[in-house]
Amino acid sequence: MKVLVPLKRVIDYNVVVQIDSSQKNVVTDHVKMSINPFDEIALEEAVRLHEADVVEEVIVVSIGSELSQEQLRQGLAMGAHRAILIPCDDAVANDPLSVAKILSTLVTRDGYDFVLMGKQAIDNDCNQTGQMLAGLLKWPQATFASKISFSNDEISVSREIDGGLDNVSCQLPAVVTVDLRLNDPRYISLPNIMMAKSKPLQIESLDALKLDLTPCLKRICLEFPQPRTSGEIFTDFDLFVKKLDEEEVWR
Amino acid sequence: MALKILLVITHNGQSIDDQVHNAVTACLQLDAHYHAMILGHDCQSVVDEAIKMKGLQKLFFVEHASLAFGLAEPSAESISQFMSDYDYILFPSNTTSKNILPRLAALCDISPITDVCEIVDKDKRIFKRPIYAGNIIETVQSEQDTNILSIRSASFIKTPISSEADVVVDQVSPELSSLQSKHLGSEITKLDRPDLVGAKVVVSGGRGLGSIESFKLIYDFADCLDAAVGASRAAVDAGFVSNDYQVGQTGKIIAPDVYFAIGISGAIQHMAGMKDSRIIIAINKDADAPIFKSCDYGLVADLFDVVPKLVKHLKK
Repeated sequence: MKVLVPLKRVIDYNVVVQIDSSQKNVVTDHVKMSINPFDEIALEEAVRLHEADVVEEVIVVSIGSELSQEQLRQGLAMGAHRAILIPCDDAVANDPLSVAKILSTLVTRDGYDFVLMGKQAIDNDCNQTGQMLAGLLKWPQATFASKISFSNDEISVSREIDGGLDNVSCQLPAVVTVDLRLNDPRYISLPNIMMAKSKPLQIESLDALKLDLTPCLKRICLEFPQPRTSGEIFTDFDLFVKKLDEEEVWR
Repeated sequence: MALKILLVITHNGQSIDDQVHNAVTACLQLDAHYHAMILGHDCQSVVDEAIKMKGLQKLFFVEHASLAFGLAEPSAESISQFMSDYDYILFPSNTTSKNILPRLAALCDISPITDVCEIVDKDKRIFKRPIYAGNIIETVQSEQDTNILSIRSASFIKTPISSEADVVVDQVSPELSSLQSKHLGSEITKLDRPDLVGAKVVVSGGRGLGSIESFKLIYDFADCLDAAVGASRAAVDAGFVSNDYQVGQTGKIIAPDVYFAIGISGAIQHMAGMKDSRIIIAINKDADAPIFKSCDYGLVADLFDVVPKLVKHLKK
C-alpha cells in the first residue's frame, strides 16, 4: 500500500504571531517554522503503519514556498521514503480548495491507496482540505481520527466528535484526517537526520499539472482581536475570595 | 434585494444541535427570512423542533436511510442536489458541519468561509474569521455568487425558538450513490463532569500541579463547581492527564463563562485556547507569570495552599 502525507510549513505553535506593515500578512522572517503539528501526527501514523508492514511506501508532499524543503527533510528523517515539493505562492498554498485540487491531481496521477493528513493547519485553521480532497476524488473520508485500524480493504476509524467518539469504517482508497489524540510523534535522531539527506526530494512545477487555480477569497486585512485587559491581582486569599463572591462567579 | 439563504440544521437524531440557534442569528442578520434543511432518517422530533425557529419560511426534510448517522459522503451529495439558487448556505460550526461542509464545497467548486465571527458586509460578501487559533482576525471578501459559511457560536448570540410554527415542510428524497462508509456506532462520553467543549465553567491545571496525584486538587475543585476539567499542554506533556484534556492552539478551543487557570503560566499556545472566556481567573505563585496580564482576577499564591481553602469555602 502506498500512502501520501501532505505536510504544511507553518509558524511554530510557540511563536507569538505578528502582523506585518502591509496589514495583510503575518511576519515569517526570522521566525521558527515547523511541520504543522497535525500533519506531523499523520506522518507518525503512516511511519508506524510502515513499521507494522501495513504500508509499503510513505510519500510526503508539500505545496507552498521553496523553503518547505526544510519540513520535507524533517519528514524524511521521521521515516518517509521520498518527498515531493510543488512550489507555489502563498495565495494558492493558503487556499484549501486549490491545495485539494493539486493533491487530487497527484493522487490520480501517481495512484495512492490512501491519504493521511492533519485535520487542519494551525495557521489558517480552515479544517477543509482533507474533506475537499475526498470530495474531489469521490473517495470516502474519515475525519478527526483518534484511532485507526485496517482489515483487508477496509479502514476503521474512531472519530473525535463533539461530546465523544464516532466509529466508522471506509472502503479503501480513502482520505483520513487526524486529530491530536492519535499518537505522539517521535523525536528525530541525528543519524536519521543524516540519512534523510540522501533520500529523494523531487521538485515539480505547478504549471505542469495544468490546473486552473484562481482563489475566490481575497484577504482584505489582518488585525489583532481586542486585547483582554489585565484585571485585579490579589496576594491576599480572603480579599480574593471576597471579590469572587461579590462578582458571583460561583453562581 | 432580498438574499436567498439556506441554513443546514445539524442534529443528533433526536434534537437540534445547540449551535444551530447561534447560526439562526447569523441568518437573521443576512435577511428576515430563510429556508432550512434537515438531513436524516426517522427523526420527526428534529423536524418538529425546527419548524419553530424564528424567521424560518420553508423547511426541506431530506429523508433517506443512508442519512441516519450524518455520514459526510451521502450528506454532501444530498445537499448538493437541493442547494441551487441560494446566495448563502449556512452551517453552525461544529464537528458535524466540519465533516460535511468542505466536502460539499468541493463538489460545488466553491471556496467556503468557515468559522465566521462577524458578517461585515452581506452584499459585498465581506466576513471576519479567526486564524492562528484566534490570535489574529482575518477579513476576507468572496468573489463568488454562492457562498458557503459556517458560523462560530461564541461570536453570535442564540435566537430563541418561537412558540408558533407556520412553516411549509417539504419532504424530499435524494438520489444517492452506494455508500462508501459505514457507521459502526457512537460512544458519547457519559462523563462524571461536563464536557470540556460547551461547559459553562472550566477548571484547568498546569505544570504547577507537579504530579498526577496532585491533579486530584483540580478534580475536587471542579466538582464543587460542576465544572469541566482542562489542562495546559505542559501538564499533558508531563503526563498528569491525557491529551483529550488539553486546552490550547493544538488542543480544544473553548469559551466558557468562567475559566480557572491553576498553576498555568499562560503560554501563548494555551491562551489561544481559552482567551474568549467571559471571565478568566488565575492562581499562580509566580507574580510575573504572563497569565496575570490577561486574566480578570488573579491570586498570587501557592496553589497547594489555596485550592483546598477554595474547596472548603465552596462547601460551606
